[in-house]
Amino acid sequence: MIPSVRRNLGTAMPWLIVIVGLLLWEASCRAFDMPEFVLPRPSRIIEALIADFGAIWFHAQHTLITTVTGFILAVLFGLVLGILIGSSQLAYQGLYPLLVGFNSVPKVALVPLMVVWFGIGTAPAVLTAFMLSFFPVAVNVATGLATLEPELEDVLRSLGATRRDIVVKVGLPRAMPYFFASLKVAITLAFVGSVIAETLASNEGIGTLVEQASANFRVPLVFAGLFVVSAMGILMYVGFAMIERRVTGWAIRPVDFGIGG
Amino acid sequence: MTEPLVNIAGVRLAYGGGAGTLAVDGLDLSVGPGECAAVVGPSGCGKSSLMKLVNGLMPPTAGTIHVAGKRVDGPLKIVGMAFQNPTLLPWRSTLDNLLLPLEIVEPYRGRIRRERKAFEAEARALLSTVGLAGFEKSLPRQLSGGMQQRASLCRALIHNPALLMLDEPFGALDAFTREELWDVLQRVWMERRFTTILVTHDLREAVYLADTVHVMSARPGRIVTRRRVDFPRPRTLQTAMLPEFTDLVNGLREQIRLERDDAAAAKESEAVR
Ligand SMILES: Nc1ncnc2c1ncn2[C@@H]1O[C@H](COP(=O)(O)OP(=O)(O)OP(=O)(O)O)[C@@H](O)[C@H]1O
Ligand SMILES: [Mg+2]
Repeated sequence: MIPSVRRNLGTAMPWLIVIVGLLLWEASCRAFDMPEFVLPRPSRIIEALIADFGAIWFHAQHTLITTVTGFILAVLFGLVLGILIGSSQLAYQGLYPLLVGFNSVPKVALVPLMVVWFGIGTAPAVLTAFMLSFFPVAVNVATGLATLEPELEDVLRSLGATRRDIVVKVGLPRAMPYFFASLKVAITLAFVGSVIAETLASNEGIGTLVEQASANFRVPLVFAGLFVVSAMGILMYVGFAMIERRVTGWAIRPVDFGIGG
Repeated sequence: MTEPLVNIAGVRLAYGGGAGTLAVDGLDLSVGPGECAAVVGPSGCGKSSLMKLVNGLMPPTAGTIHVAGKRVDGPLKIVGMAFQNPTLLPWRSTLDNLLLPLEIVEPYRGRIRRERKAFEAEARALLSTVGLAGFEKSLPRQLSGGMQQRASLCRALIHNPALLMLDEPFGALDAFTREELWDVLQRVWMERRFTTILVTHDLREAVYLADTVHVMSARPGRIVTRRRVDFPRPRTLQTAMLPEFTDLVNGLREQIRLERDDAAAAKESEAVR
């Protein structure tokens, strides 16, 4: 295939798949006469999206702010933690099992606890987003720091480099591609976290909207809310993928992956 | 006789404490200032370990190492190193890769902010002596393997080290590129006369480049033979075709084969016992 055609097809592919998928969905709902409170047709979901735009917009904004706040905290914390465990063997040995243990706890189970501590509202959602998304950041940064070639370390140490020199000159730049790759994963996890917490313990946000809509059997509205969350997730992902490509171009092969990396 | 620049006396190195793997034992080696010494020996005999010992990256379990009259007890800072793997930083241009040692080692470290232009000029000059003029701004992945190895060599030399240590520096290159780089190294060495320790598996390389070839025994490694190489410099591929050259290489090859067989026989008799 001609390269430019291939590239254009690559960019168009996600859209094509979404459109074909929606059409199939619509067709099979009609064909099998699916009840709306089980699985609404996409056209009904779009109707709900338009009809309740005001409410959805209000809740979506709230979710976005909550998610981004939790995400920013997670990035800062994950970065510091990753540098710590990636550059110190002792910190790695001491903290890694703890981190794995913590990451194995389903964060949903912690939401009621946070309600006890902070009450219903934004705080549990921000914290859940934070808890779900700092882990990949920390692990990736630590991996980037720890995978230093031993020979390069020998070269630097024989010149009298301190541990700090090695981290600053080599470790951190080398960890950057890992760091930016982790942001893409972390932001999607942050959405998961904040929406889960909103479902359980909030009066605002897409999670709340979805929860109330399903209690009232307004299933098209439930789907409309979920669509909005995933659209926000995709947008953020694409944004970070673009930043990643700009900042760490030296590490990325010049291939276009449609949704950017 | 002049004082040797590197003097290794009775060195033993055991990995994992006194009872661990003996990498080298009873190792004696001295290298005069400005000399190029090659170290050859069977795989796993402790050649890379020897490098780390001389560099001060590891302390010997027993014995002493002196470099430039001082006992080695930590990283030396007057040493340049290059390996089979060029280990350039992929996000830095060739020029910036060269400047890395200057950002670390004193006294350059304190001066690089103010005198960066002067250092850059020096780096460019060095790059052009190895045939890399015009590639200052290229990233490592835009260079071929041989070009990366040239840059790696320059990085090892940029801080004017008194001692250059090379661990199979041309091992990953094809035969043509390798022979080309022998001449590059020889030319730079003849200009600057730094002391060199070259670890290699290639006996022709050892004889081509070295003033003295040291043959190590199988693990635990020690020096079993030394051969002086007196061909006039600069040596060329013509030199490498002289019968004397070939005889020397074959003699060394035979020596290493004997070493390996001895080691195998020793193991066998141990197993029988
Ligand atoms: N970090 C280490 N821990 C434990 N043992 C080691 C370590 N590094 C090397 N050794 C052992 O020491 C011996 C010498 O290793 P070294 O790397 O110095 O050999 P070498 O002569 O450079 O081998 P090659 O020619 O294959 O590069 C080997 O038998 C190896 O098993
Ligand atoms: Mg080795």
